[in-house]
Amino acid sequence: MSTTVEHATTGHDSHDEHAGHGNSHYYLVALALAILTGLEVLLSYVDIGKAFLPLLMILMMIKFVMVVLEFMHLRKDAKLFHYLFWSGFLLAIAVYIGFLATFKFFLQP
Amino acid sequence: MAIIEQPRTDVALPAGAGAPAYVTPKQAAGMFARPVAPKGWRDWVFTVDHKKIGIMYGVVAFVFFLIGGIEAGLIRLQLAAPNGKVLSADQYNQMFTMHATTMVFLFVMPMAAAFANYFVPLQIGARDVAFPRMNAFSLWTFVAGAIFVNLSWFLGGGADGGWFMYAPNSTKMFSPGHGVDFWAFGLQITGIASLVGAINLIVTCINMRAPGMSLFKMPIFTWMVMVVQFLLVFAMPVITVALFLLSFSRGFGGAFFDVKQGADPLLWQHLFWIFGHPEVYILVLPSFGIVSEVLPVFSRKPLFGYKFVAISGAAIGFVGWGVWAHHMFASGLGPISVLVFSMATMMIAVPTGVKIINWTLTMWGGKLKFTTAMLFAIGLIIEFTIGGLSGVTHAVAPSDTQQTDTYYIVAHFHYVLFGGAIFGLFSGFYYWWPKVFGRLLNEAWGKANFWLMVIGMNLTFGPMHIIGLQGQPRRMYQYDESNVHTRFWNAISTIGVFFLTIGILCFIVNVVITHRSKNPKVKAPLDPWDARSLEWMTSSPPAAHNFDAIPTVHELDEFFHRKYAVDHDTDEIKQIATAEDIMAEQMAHAEKDIHLPSPSYWPLVVSIALPIIGFGVIYSHIFIAVGAAVAIMGIFGWSMEPSVAPKDDFEPPAPTDGNIKELTA
Amino acid sequence: MSTAAVAEHGTSHDDHGHGGHGHTSTGLSNNKLAMWLFLGSECLLFGGLISTYMLYRGRHVKGPGPDQVFSIPYTSVSSFVLLMSSLTMVLAVAEAQKKNIDKAKLWMTVTAVLGATFVGGQIFEFTEFYRKGLGYTTSLFGSSFYTLTGFHGVHVTVGIIMLMAVVGMLRVDKVPGDKAEVIELVGLYWHFVDVVWILIFTLVYLIPA
Repeated sequence: MSTTVEHATTGHDSHDEHAGHGNSHYYLVALALAILTGLEVLLSYVDIGKAFLPLLMILMMIKFVMVVLEFMHLRKDAKLFHYLFWSGFLLAIAVYIGFLATFKFFLQP
Repeated sequence: MAIIEQPRTDVALPAGAGAPAYVTPKQAAGMFARPVAPKGWRDWVFTVDHKKIGIMYGVVAFVFFLIGGIEAGLIRLQLAAPNGKVLSADQYNQMFTMHATTMVFLFVMPMAAAFANYFVPLQIGARDVAFPRMNAFSLWTFVAGAIFVNLSWFLGGGADGGWFMYAPNSTKMFSPGHGVDFWAFGLQITGIASLVGAINLIVTCINMRAPGMSLFKMPIFTWMVMVVQFLLVFAMPVITVALFLLSFSRGFGGAFFDVKQGADPLLWQHLFWIFGHPEVYILVLPSFGIVSEVLPVFSRKPLFGYKFVAISGAAIGFVGWGVWAHHMFASGLGPISVLVFSMATMMIAVPTGVKIINWTLTMWGGKLKFTTAMLFAIGLIIEFTIGGLSGVTHAVAPSDTQQTDTYYIVAHFHYVLFGGAIFGLFSGFYYWWPKVFGRLLNEAWGKANFWLMVIGMNLTFGPMHIIGLQGQPRRMYQYDESNVHTRFWNAISTIGVFFLTIGILCFIVNVVITHRSKNPKVKAPLDPWDARSLEWMTSSPPAAHNFDAIPTVHELDEFFHRKYAVDHDTDEIKQIATAEDIMAEQMAHAEKDIHLPSPSYWPLVVSIALPIIGFGVIYSHIFIAVGAAVAIMGIFGWSMEPSVAPKDDFEPPAPTDGNIKELTA
Repeated sequence: MSTAAVAEHGTSHDDHGHGGHGHTSTGLSNNKLAMWLFLGSECLLFGGLISTYMLYRGRHVKGPGPDQVFSIPYTSVSSFVLLMSSLTMVLAVAEAQKKNIDKAKLWMTVTAVLGATFVGGQIFEFTEFYRKGLGYTTSLFGSSFYTLTGFHGVHVTVGIIMLMAVVGMLRVDKVPGDKAEVIELVGLYWHFVDVVWILIFTLVYLIPA
């Protein structure tokens, strides 16, 4: 057990790297997110046939993962946080896809 | 309640002796003066000490065990003979609903939380949980929710839809009273308590371990608790959704379960059982953890295949997410779903079987000591296996469609819950009583308790297999005299309840005489069972700060390895130290100033706000605003109150000999 | 309520944090660990609500359907506002970690304003839908849509309250423990609410009924 008084001021070593590339990184991510959202909205207006739904899902997931990794800093954060969050997320996806599958949700026209 | 506590310097054992020196804050912290080293009841109500919180969890849960037991007794009295007149049909519906709700949510879960709260920090060598005030919040929120659910008895009758409360049967149309509203909101409140408690305990297990204690050196009980808390973290939100849908349907006219509007009645069933199946493991895994501690100690052998037991526990937890629909085989899921869930269900028998085998092999060749704790543990293995075998017959879907909603199911889940979960908890009572209270429960009364409960449970639940296969549906409030066999076995089953009642009375008598007794023999020695894990490296009961010096862990079963070593000449295991030696050494290296979290009013304030909101939802919306205001005030007060009163807040000034250690366990 | 209460506990107080890194077994902060666990748990909450909505898609027997009430351009704009609030939030966290607490307070206020704009837009949208004949009890679509988006709206509102509370507490210097970490925790919650909207926007609004 070490004394913690010093740690209070020197904590957050893991975040020092953020200072390096400044805030421009965040602006770029936001720009990308805005463009992807625009693309999604655009997709819902033009008819591209069967590719529509998969493409929309992919765009959605890219946005989701981008925010989680970049804005929530998960990319540079501890592995354990990855495990905790993604296990919840993947469990939710698996369970609820199973749930919808029992209703033959994915067999609908 | 100590704020800064100075460890005892005397070496007089066993401890409890040598009161720590209290140093008290001189000024207010936060919005109001925080409670300062309170005495009497306030010491308990405002405490953030995980041990006191654990004891309170246990006491409240046991009270609900008795209430649930009385409800069960009334059910069995009603069914003792044909055309029972003890309860009306409506009362009977309320009785079995509240019996199950009470036993599941208000007894087994909080009792497991009691053990977890008390022993996890001790077993991992910590001074408290990660968030002591959140711990107090969990306790009081659970108490608030539990009382809220039971208030329905006095305000128009309890919930009456069965513990799984299938919608649309539980909607306003079929259950017009307020019982279901109380049930839904009350479980919502206890759900908050479980979720907060689960997050707290996971963080504790991950972050508060003593130096050297890797995950695979954690005692097995802590392991099982951690698995259970993960299940809770991920399962509670699912029931939260289901309960909200039900409440919104009843309160605001939501269409979720309105078949006229095109709703699907299977929605509730799925959501409930997605939560409900992990819930089954939430109930039983803590008990598995307890017996996995008890069996090695009384077999004088290490747990056979510790890693297998730990991993199979985690595997049960994981696979438990993929089997929920086996509760719904008769609901018209379609052949593919039934096949998939049937297979998954059979798979889950594998890790469960691993555990049974590991326990058996732990005892194999051991020097068995049949204490009451050990008897309950062995009882668990046998009774749970019986329940597990009837469970396998449910996994086979064609057979299940015959058994579902009959007494056969009732028999099955009482074997796994009474014979599994509750036997494990009783084993824990007898095993850890000397640790918690410093007194040994009487073994003679204990054995009477055990045998009466074993006989009682087999008499009560055994015949239900037969009644069920003969076709008696569960939840039927009367039966006629035409079937002689049904009459006979129903009568036997009710007789069994008397054995159970006397068995549990034996336990209560045991507690009373143990604590009344002036006989010095009831005073527990430091290490009464020659135990293996870290919680026994403290005084009994442990001091507020648990450990005078946080131990460094080198082995699984650290305490055992400090007491025994292999003699290199003879290759035999020899005792090298007694518990007293180890304690004395710990005291010699005691840390000078131990900074413990301070008591707080705020958790209680926030907890009390929740049932007020509940009344608001059910009766008058003004109370929602009142409750929300109280909650927000409480949360603000909480936020601004440091968990540990600052050092300069103390009179006399905190020692500044350069040796201050802030141990915020 | 459950989520609100827990979120508040997870973030604004600092049980044992002390900046929290030095003395835990993993070296990670207790508070952050708790927050990530809570967010993992929230995945199953929103998953349940989204699945309920998806299950009942196209099953309404009366009242207007999604294609009759949704205005994609309008919702796209409000989604964009919420997305940008994530940017301002992450800037607040970055400033806090550089110890520019004043700038962090400013960005947090901007975030709260953007969040409030989103919630305001949602309330306006709901009133529009209601005028077009979609009440809470009208149909399965009405019930499941309002429940899902309402839950999300409540989460945003709780986030706004948390942001403003932290700004206020910073102003009077009443934040116990590590200020940057408290802001980071609020940020985690805020971003999570944002990613949930990313899912809802696509799954509920953009996929035609």
